[in-house]
Amino acid sequence: MILLTLLLVPLVAAVILAFVGDRRLAPEINILGSAATFAAGVGLALQVYENGPMLAGGKFFFVDAFNVYLAVLTSFVSMTTAIFSRRYMRREREHGRVGHLGMRFYHAMFQLFIFAMLLCLLTNNIGVLWIAMELATLSTVLLVSLYRTPTAIEAAWKYFILCGVGISQALFGTVLLYFAAEKVLGEGGEALLWTNLNQVSGSLEPTVLSLAFVFLMVGYGTKVGLVPMHNWLPDAHSEGPTPISAVLSGLLLNVALYALVRCKVLVDGSTHTHHAGNIMMGFGLLSILVAAFSLLRQKDIKRMFSYSSIEHMGIATFAFGLGGPIATFGGLLHMLVHSLAKSSIFFTVGHASQMHRTQEMDKIKGLFKGNPLVGWGMMFGVMAIAGMPPFGIFTSEFLILTATIKDAPMLTPFLLLGLAVAFAALFRKVQPMVSGEIPSYQKFLKVAHVPVLLHLILVFILGIYLPDFLSKWFHTAAELIK
Amino acid sequence: MNIEIAIKLTSFLAAFVLLTAFGMLVQRRMYGLVNLFAWQGFFLSINTAIVGFVAGKHHLYISSALTLMLKVILLPYILHVLIRRLKLQKEIEVVVNIPMTMLIGIALVIFSYHLTAPVRELSTLVTRSTLAVALATVMIGMLMMITRKHAVTQIIGFLAMENGLFFAATSATYGMPLVVELGVALDVLIAAFIFGIFFFHIHTTFDSLDVEQMERLKEDD
Repeated sequence: MILLTLLLVPLVAAVILAFVGDRRLAPEINILGSAATFAAGVGLALQVYENGPMLAGGKFFFVDAFNVYLAVLTSFVSMTTAIFSRRYMRREREHGRVGHLGMRFYHAMFQLFIFAMLLCLLTNNIGVLWIAMELATLSTVLLVSLYRTPTAIEAAWKYFILCGVGISQALFGTVLLYFAAEKVLGEGGEALLWTNLNQVSGSLEPTVLSLAFVFLMVGYGTKVGLVPMHNWLPDAHSEGPTPISAVLSGLLLNVALYALVRCKVLVDGSTHTHHAGNIMMGFGLLSILVAAFSLLRQKDIKRMFSYSSIEHMGIATFAFGLGGPIATFGGLLHMLVHSLAKSSIFFTVGHASQMHRTQEMDKIKGLFKGNPLVGWGMMFGVMAIAGMPPFGIFTSEFLILTATIKDAPMLTPFLLLGLAVAFAALFRKVQPMVSGEIPSYQKFLKVAHVPVLLHLILVFILGIYLPDFLSKWFHTAAELIK
Repeated sequence: MNIEIAIKLTSFLAAFVLLTAFGMLVQRRMYGLVNLFAWQGFFLSINTAIVGFVAGKHHLYISSALTLMLKVILLPYILHVLIRRLKLQKEIEVVVNIPMTMLIGIALVIFSYHLTAPVRELSTLVTRSTLAVALATVMIGMLMMITRKHAVTQIIGFLAMENGLFFAATSATYGMPLVVELGVALDVLIAAFIFGIFFFHIHTTFDSLDVEQMERLKEDD
């Protein structure tokens, strides 16, 4: 029942917002909708926490420790993003960067996007997962091009085409999976359900499944933003409105990784080798290294942080590929803390670029003095994302490193190199932006305090203390997918 | 209809699907491209109906009808309207080195046969031999998107890929469950509306639909 509410709220909100359009209350309705979604998400989590995994809607939905925590995270970050975007988008509207239709579109599509992601996470059917993933892409394509500038249209086109091609590969992988499953489970929808597939994974044809995994890896890997299929990501993140960058980076990448991890578990169960894990480790490590070195060369602030997202998704993919209880636990924690930290960074970045009316890092200066919350928020956000203790990302990266030293010692230097380069690059770029004098063109703006502070405090708390229920969740989830 | 004839017919139609894919790879004219795409959808739709008849899978009739409406009538119609509205028919594309693209296309077909060999051996369906063709269609669609620099051709490549995927589902498993097929069709429909909007945006912003104009977003060194 709660599960249905969770899915219906954003869908209904999308329809309502499509009618409300550019009226004064639209941002507030958007916040209200997201808050209701979050409440439903927490309710669902409590239910799963008490009664364990559950099936709903005639096996159509499936909730366990792994996807429920992502569902809560998704609804939480979308709520804070809605709060952030209230002021941000109004200001964009006043500056004339977005028109009347644009605002209507923005709010409706924002809710539809959240619906698509939640459907992805909660569905039990691999085919529906694919459809929802494509829906998530389609609902954000036109949001990326919202400003209608030539670069924004180019970025959106690239996003549309590359993710379209990528996700088609995933559909081919799904067809192959269905082919193998149908032999064991019989025809019809039953053969596409995660719950059924996981039960019989031992008797699925290993050759077909490893072939399917290659397609699924490339397909969902494109959406995760793994190198070398990452080209769309920096463009889409830098050209779209900032709230969209925050949810793309903080949420959509996680959801795609979720799909990939579920597929990996299935393939591992069938092949009894570490084949799928190795592929994921390779892609993960390559992403970490390429993204870390690309960070050094960036001039656009949002572009830089989107490379940082590629790096962190690489770390999480690497962790899940490595497998084992510690690395998987680290990967799960990493997805959580990265989402929180990265979206808070995008919030401060959005404010900073509105204060300076530019996204060029050379022109952004004196944030500490100009607006302490933005300056310090960005500083702490970067400290968190770079993996400084005591923030949560340090904990997760430390866990992943420990597991790497134990299980794949040869790869440790590469991992460390990537982390060190990213660390140095981020600080070198952020230092001049936050310190120094206030330039004449900087304007003081009222900012949204709550989202930034809330996220940073959460990341901080997760670094020093992991609540019992969360670690219990992660242990159960790690058990499911190790 | 007995099985023998059905197998021959599906192979025959598969050959036509592949032929239209190659045709699209070399076609220079915009209308020709859209028409070839419509033909591909038509062969696909007939093939799906035959498979549905032979295998006794009635939901394939729905898929077949859906393909006919969406990919043979609606999408080509939208594309025709867009081409006329945006006056694209004069823009005859310059394709880089057609013989080379053809050779790569042939290599992709061979690769597809090799890749799907394990699936073919395991399959007991009458359509098993067409899976390689389906994968080849997907790959050729992708090749078309890479080698062409026009927004409309890229979209047709994208849709041809979707055709290949649909074909793969029919030939590997007699079609995915109906929920999935309907969902995929819905996604294609939404995508069609989005690219329609996009064509206008690109056209008004860049004054052309040549994607090569779009190269402002580059890595700075």
